[in-house]
Amino acid sequence: MPANLLDEPEIESEHKEYHWTLNFGPQHPATHTTLRLVLELDGERIVKATPDIGYLHSGFEKLGEHLNFNQYVTIVDRKNYISPPMNEVAWHNAVEKLLDIELTRRCQYIRVIIGELSRISDHLLCVGAAALDLGAFTAFLFCFNQRELINDVYEEMSGYRFHPGYTRVGGVLHDFNDRVITKVRAVIASLPKALLDTEKLVYRNKIFLNRTRGIGILTRDDALSLCSTGPIARASGVIYDLRKDEPYLAYPDFDFQVPYATEGDCYARFQVRLEEIYQSLKIVEQAIENLPSGPVNVPIAEKFPVPDKGTTYNSMEGLIQHFELIMPNRGMESPVNEVYAAIESPNGELGYYLVSDGSQTAWRTRTRPPSFINFQVFPHVIKDHLIADIGAILGSLNIIAAELDR
Amino acid sequence: MTEAATTDVDPHAGTLEALTKVLGGATLETVRFRDNLRVFLKSDQLLPALVALKSELAFQLIEIGGIDYLAYPGRASGSSRFEVHYVLLNQDSHERLILKVGVEESRPSLPSVVAHWIGADWMEREIFDMFGISFEGHPDLRRILMPEEFTAFPLRKDYPLRGRGERHNFPRLTRDES
Repeated sequence: MPANLLDEPEIESEHKEYHWTLNFGPQHPATHTTLRLVLELDGERIVKATPDIGYLHSGFEKLGEHLNFNQYVTIVDRKNYISPPMNEVAWHNAVEKLLDIELTRRCQYIRVIIGELSRISDHLLCVGAAALDLGAFTAFLFCFNQRELINDVYEEMSGYRFHPGYTRVGGVLHDFNDRVITKVRAVIASLPKALLDTEKLVYRNKIFLNRTRGIGILTRDDALSLCSTGPIARASGVIYDLRKDEPYLAYPDFDFQVPYATEGDCYARFQVRLEEIYQSLKIVEQAIENLPSGPVNVPIAEKFPVPDKGTTYNSMEGLIQHFELIMPNRGMESPVNEVYAAIESPNGELGYYLVSDGSQTAWRTRTRPPSFINFQVFPHVIKDHLIADIGAILGSLNIIAAELDR
Repeated sequence: MTEAATTDVDPHAGTLEALTKVLGGATLETVRFRDNLRVFLKSDQLLPALVALKSELAFQLIEIGGIDYLAYPGRASGSSRFEVHYVLLNQDSHERLILKVGVEESRPSLPSVVAHWIGADWMEREIFDMFGISFEGHPDLRRILMPEEFTAFPLRKDYPLRGRGERHNFPRLTRDES
C-alpha cells in the first residue's frame, strides 16, 4: 500500500491489468454521509475496497479537553446525530461514574426513556434509508414519519428538535412534564402500526430480500476479531448487550429481550434492528407507565447539578451553586483519575475513556465510537460483491460519518 | 489513588493470577477505581499478555486509545509521556480489564496487535495519527482522520486547540492544474 492513495498507480503488476479503480464518494447519495471508498474492480466485482475517511473530522475529542463536563454535551450530540440523546446518556454516564454520583430513580427512568426513543429513531432511519436505497420508497416515509414524532418529544422536553443537549451532570435540563409524557404516549400509540407497515413492505419485498439475503456475510469469528459490537455483532451470533449483561441506569427493572440472528448477512442485521425497535418500545412503555415521582436531579448540596431557574433566583444555595458552576475559575471538583464507562448505543458499545485532572474539564475524552470500529467490517465483507451491494451493506452497517470521523 | 476492592470476592482475582503467571511471576502494578481495574504493563509484556488473555481466558478487544500526560497533575517525574490503553472484555463472565502501556516520547513505538484482532487496525492508525505513536508490525500504518499532508499530531497536549495555521496553508489544486 503506498503512502498516499493518490499515488497508487492504476496498474501495479501484470496480473492486475484488467482491474480498474473507481472512486465512490465522498459525495454520493448511497453513502448518505461523507465517506469515500476507493474500489478496485474486476468488471463489476469488487476485488478490494479501501475506505478513506476523515472528511468530517472536527476535532471533537480535542474540544472535549477545553469544554467542561456540562458544556461538552452539546458536542457529543453531534457525534451520532441520528440518536443524540444516547450520546448524552453515554457521556454523562462516564462523568457520573468518575464523580461517583448516584442518580435519582426518576432521572434514571427519564434517561432510559430518551435513550430508547433515540434507539428507535436510529433504527428507523437505518432501516428506512436502506429500504429507500434498495427500492422500497414507501417504507422510508413510514419510518421518517415516526422519527418526526420522536423529534416532537425532544422538542417538548428540551426545546430543540435535533440536538437536545438534555442531560446534565447529576440530572437533566428540565424535568418531564405532562406534555412530554403525552408526546411519548403518542409515539407508543402510533409506532406499532408504522412498524407493521414497514415490515410488510420490507420482509415481503422480493427486491429487498434478493438484495439483502446472503449479502455481506459476517461470520461470528470475524465479528469478534473485528471488535464489532451492537446489532452488527448480534446479527452474527455474538449475543452481548450491555443493557442485559452489564446493566446500567434502571435497565434491570424492565422486561425485554435481546434479539439476535446467526446468519450474519444484511437481512439478519435489518431483522435484528427491527426487532430491537419492538423491544425498545416495550421498555419505553414500561418506563413511562412506572415513571417514579420525586426529584429528578441529585440534591444541590452535592455540588454537582446545575440548579433550575426557580432555585437559582429564589434561594441563596441555588444562586451560589449556579455561580460556582458557571464561573470559569470555580466549578466542581473531580478526582484526579480515569475511568472507562460504556453503554449500549444503537450501533454498539459507545464508551468514554475519561481522564480528569481534578477540574471540571476533562484531560482527555477518548470516545469508543461504534461507527468507526464497525466500519472496519465493510472492506472485509464487501469482497467479491458487486457495486450494487455497496448500498445494501453500507445501509445495514449504519455508518454515521460524524461519529466515524469525530 | 488506589482504592481497595469494595466487594469481598474479587472478580478479577483469577485473571490477575493467570496474567501474573504468564508474565513471569512478578507482581503486577494495578489500580482500581470505581469498577475499573487497570493493569500497567511494559511494552515488551504487552503482546504475551494480550495473546494469553485472548487464547486462554477468552477476552476480546473492545477498544484501544491513547492519552498524552504532558504536565498532568501528580504525574511522577520519569514516567512516560504517553499511555495507550487496551480495554478487554470477557463476554462469558462480563469481566472487563484495562491494560495500560507507557510510551516514551523519545521512542514512541509499540507492538501492533492487528495480527490478533483485525479490529485494532484503525484504532492503531488513529493513535498514530493523533499522537505520533507508531505500531511495529502494523500492515498499513497511515494517517486515518487527518490528511496525509498534515505534519503535527493534534491530540498531543502541546498542540493548540486552534491549530498552527495548517488548515489555511494546505496545498490547493486550482481547476487549471487538476
